[in-house]
Amino acid sequence: MAQRKQIRWHIAVFLAPAVLVYTAIMIVPLFGTLNLSLFNLDQGNRVFVGLRNFATLFGDPRWSDAFWNALGNNAWFFVIHMLVQNPIGVLLAALLSSPRLRGAAFYRTAIFIPTILSFVIVGFVWKLILSPIWGIAPGMLDAVGLKALFAPWLGKEEYALTTLALVSVWQFVGIPMMLIYAALLSIPDEVIEAAEMDGVTGWAQFWKIKLPLILPSIGIISVLTFVGNFNAFDLIYVTQGALAGPNFATDILGTFLYRTFFGFQLQIGDPHMGATIATAMFGIILLGVCFYLFAIQTRLRRYQF
Amino acid sequence: MMSTARHSPLRSLAAHGILLGYTLIALFPVFVIVVNSFKNRRAIFADPLALPSAETFDLVGYKTVLAQGDFLQYFLNSMTVTVASLFFVLLFGAMAAFALSEYRFRGNLLMGLYLALGIMIPIRLGTVAILQLMVASGLVNTLTALILVYTAQGLPLAVFILSEFMRGVSADLKDAGRIDGLSEYRIFFRLVLPLVRPAMATVAVFTMIPIWNDLWFPLILAPSEATKTITLGSQVFIGQFVTNWNAVLAALGLAIVPVLVLYLIFSRQLIRGITAGAVK
Repeated sequence: MAQRKQIRWHIAVFLAPAVLVYTAIMIVPLFGTLNLSLFNLDQGNRVFVGLRNFATLFGDPRWSDAFWNALGNNAWFFVIHMLVQNPIGVLLAALLSSPRLRGAAFYRTAIFIPTILSFVIVGFVWKLILSPIWGIAPGMLDAVGLKALFAPWLGKEEYALTTLALVSVWQFVGIPMMLIYAALLSIPDEVIEAAEMDGVTGWAQFWKIKLPLILPSIGIISVLTFVGNFNAFDLIYVTQGALAGPNFATDILGTFLYRTFFGFQLQIGDPHMGATIATAMFGIILLGVCFYLFAIQTRLRRYQF
Repeated sequence: MMSTARHSPLRSLAAHGILLGYTLIALFPVFVIVVNSFKNRRAIFADPLALPSAETFDLVGYKTVLAQGDFLQYFLNSMTVTVASLFFVLLFGAMAAFALSEYRFRGNLLMGLYLALGIMIPIRLGTVAILQLMVASGLVNTLTALILVYTAQGLPLAVFILSEFMRGVSADLKDAGRIDGLSEYRIFFRLVLPLVRPAMATVAVFTMIPIWNDLWFPLILAPSEATKTITLGSQVFIGQFVTNWNAVLAALGLAIVPVLVLYLIFSRQLIRGITAGAVK
């Protein structure tokens, strides 16, 4: 007890490997990118331009129209995920965690399968299913007499983004399902039994007992969805290409960044404006996550069992 | 919510109905790929939903694929990269999460935010600098480069989820361990790690998927024939054989099977992990 204030080396040992790898491979290169957004080319030389790239991005109509379009589309993409993916995930998890449900393992495994597929596969197969030419969807709608409902969803400006968002929901619904399922299973039996003794069963039990207990997990999932959606790129890229057609209707921040950074067709890649967009995305995501951390997470109650 | 389910067959029927319906939606596209990859070209177009019959059965797609690329090598590369990255993410991530959730020290909150930063920003934004780094250290076209990048990419989420779960581990248990004279390392490896197994399994699955399916870094950091991953291999293949539907469907089928097998192996662990954690 003589030296209570000794250095606790084990903390450093626990932290060191993660912090070292993370700093060297992720943070340092990222700051390289952020730094790049403050420079631009002037007659072939790289010069410091301060925030002028951001002024161009938000002020010059050639850039700002595309930026706001991409941001709006991205917001819609996120709204669909929150409204469709997460409720379905919670519902499936709640059903799976019911006691004595036969075949729960089978359902859980099967429903998670789309999540393990690569975007290459997902994009290709949905394009195939929804294609008006070969497509399986028109044939299936025809079989139930609803052929009139069919439209080339991926090719119409008003439907394409929603369709792709739903494909993405289809692919990723397994993630909220698994996280909520794990959270539901970790609720102690005593809590449930106590609720049953008090006559709280069925849906009332779910709303009043289980839902409050899994709220922290739902919070994590919302943040992951937000971050994932605002970083999304691959699905749009493999189905609609870098131009995010039709007529940029499916353009989100990720594809906008890619086009700017690496160029496409006749436009030459612009690393400085690309880095500017990347920095703007970083800012947007940071704002969203800070909102969650300070406005929501501090109000969530956590329970230790 | 289903506590009354054991009394009500109607309720359990409804549960099965919903789950089965969703399972069909989830598996249908996979079914389309696998079924059609075994059919000849005409049957693919004539009736895409039919199972291959004696006269429409055709392996021409698979023959084309196997004659073209070195898919076994690609598969081994993907396995090496995924398993190694997963190991480092889980080990380093759990250690850091433990430090953050267990000890009060100056800069704890700041360190937590610093590590969580990586969840918010795609590591892709730093690609140019990463490429320069790998060129400088001579790691281009090695699997090590990919493993390093994926470890860094997976750590933030792992730390975030695991520390969230570790906060739920009873403090009494750890204090009892300390009174019994266990070192902090033993408390971590013997007491805490087994208790957060469900979270570890969850993190493992979530970390594994983006690594296995990534196209970006293999393309930029390790595109050589000897280090191609299976996702890059099949993407290159699709690009070359766009109109050869048999070959493309077969390539997609082959790209699905390994990750499916891997997932089925892991998912048994996942289920065991989740249920082991739930039984107290």
